[in-house]
Amino acid sequence: MDQLYFAAEVMVNGLMTGVMYALVALGFVLIFKASGVFNFAQGVMALFAAMTLVGIQQGQIPFAHLINAVFGTHLHNFGWTVPSLLAILLTACVMVLLAFLIEKLVLQHLVGQEPIILFMATIGLAYFLEGFGDVMWGAEIKALDVGLPQGISDTVDELTLNWLGYGFFIDRLDIWATVIAALLVTALVLFAQYTKQGRAMRAVADDHQAALSVGISLRFIWVMVWSIAGFVALVAGIMWGTKSGVQFSLSLIALKALPVLMLGGFTSIPGAIVGGLIIGVGEKLFEFFAGPLIGGATETWFAYVLALIFLVFRPQGLFGERIIERV
Amino acid sequence: MNDMSTGGYVTADGRQIGGTLMELKNITLRFGGVVAIKDISFDIRQGEIRAIIGPNGAGKSSMLNIISGFYVPQEGEVWFKGERRGPMKPFQVARLGIARTFQNIALFDGMSVLDNIMTGRLNKMKAGFLSQALWWGAAEREEIANREAVEKVIDFLEIQNIRKTPVGRLPYGLKKRVELARALAAEPQLLLLDEPMAGMNVEEKEDMSRFILDVNDEFGTTICLIEHDMGVVMDLSDRVVVMDYGKKIGDGTPSEVRANQEVIDAYLGVAHD
Repeated sequence: MDQLYFAAEVMVNGLMTGVMYALVALGFVLIFKASGVFNFAQGVMALFAAMTLVGIQQGQIPFAHLINAVFGTHLHNFGWTVPSLLAILLTACVMVLLAFLIEKLVLQHLVGQEPIILFMATIGLAYFLEGFGDVMWGAEIKALDVGLPQGISDTVDELTLNWLGYGFFIDRLDIWATVIAALLVTALVLFAQYTKQGRAMRAVADDHQAALSVGISLRFIWVMVWSIAGFVALVAGIMWGTKSGVQFSLSLIALKALPVLMLGGFTSIPGAIVGGLIIGVGEKLFEFFAGPLIGGATETWFAYVLALIFLVFRPQGLFGERIIERV
Repeated sequence: MNDMSTGGYVTADGRQIGGTLMELKNITLRFGGVVAIKDISFDIRQGEIRAIIGPNGAGKSSMLNIISGFYVPQEGEVWFKGERRGPMKPFQVARLGIARTFQNIALFDGMSVLDNIMTGRLNKMKAGFLSQALWWGAAEREEIANREAVEKVIDFLEIQNIRKTPVGRLPYGLKKRVELARALAAEPQLLLLDEPMAGMNVEEKEDMSRFILDVNDEFGTTICLIEHDMGVVMDLSDRVVVMDYGKKIGDGTPSEVRANQEVIDAYLGVAHD
């Protein structure tokens, strides 16, 4: 019986990890839907957002290292700290500015180019942004704390112990992450479905020419979509940064989003969520049941193998648009 | 040249046609070394149905694309409502009150018929971003007003029974009708139709002709259309521009054009030497 409860606990933890994967995948889906660009820089955007947030919060002087190296000064901090909420708002503004600059400096010059060229541009963008973030805020590992509760939730532990006779160990941060992700997704879906801008966004995603002919400005929509993706990256950055510190490896969570996208389909918001959950639960349960038999550490490769299997049998993903070749 | 002052004319069926709504002066369009349109001038008057006809490759679609801002001509002037229009992006032209449909249907396949038509009203929505996002106050009132306008168009074009259907699933003829509905939803002053009846059967063509006449009649919308079916064009339009090899070879009422020797040659294929 305990074994079963333990498996259930592993599953719940898997679901919550899955939500975090979904959060990163969501950023990809938004941009891919609206502009057909696979944004390789999404993971780095999450890293950059988290770095900026820590920097603003702790009153770091941007480009301090560069300034010190050039002028021989010893500047590091403004000497103030910024409240979490204000810092998050300011970081969101930085992400909007970033979206604007990306459109202005990169995308605008590549309108009408092949998708592969736009993809290459985002790879360049990823490397640039990674280096730029380091120069701006320093490359050391930083702790991020915006006041989200952490540690094992005693309430859940006690409740389950009373009901089932088995206490579930669940991180409070995971619970919060799930709630916030759920709110974010609901808000995004409502926005896309019921507002003027959301409708325009879906229109652009569907057909550029038709969108132009009803008076939609493609540039405005692109800046908007990249801003939203930047905001989603910020939320993902906060969650992952709080969990495991703000460091380079944060940008690698983007690689975990790839199998999620292959499962869920590149164009589906629900797909990103379900895909994230399947990967999260799948890799935890597989590790739990099969891990001991084959020497463990299955979590590093399970998601990719699952994605490969999906590519063979259902290349468009669970919720993706069906690929129909007409002769 | 820009004769806004002249009071227009009365058509055979007794409709009053107004002054000049749009005027194209000495338009030349080149793609690299290829001259698609060569020094063409014509006008479109308030309330009329104006057709552009010509054999394949004559430059008709290019002409329509210039009016709707998708192409910018190398030479010539575009005048709309008595003002010269500078180089504009297609979305800016749409905001001036010029709506269009496409030869190869450009609809939003993933969205329902209703949502597709609603996109036609995007520029009628003025509520701010925040109000939109919170779905409150001005945004809500606007959405209701816009829905009413859209329902009117849906009734008008008799597509009530497919309003919730994703456009991708519709047959060709109905897609064409939905595209017309989306253009109408914008309440345009000038409606551009690029081959509205291409690929339709006789019955669908009759329906579409009736809708075009009704739109013009009931809303007073000025219409400029391209069509291959000569019978349809002659029945529908008040005045016709005939193009061949990028040049204008005829301009006038259907009967005038029909009697024009150059037009007859172009259509019957006299050897160009």
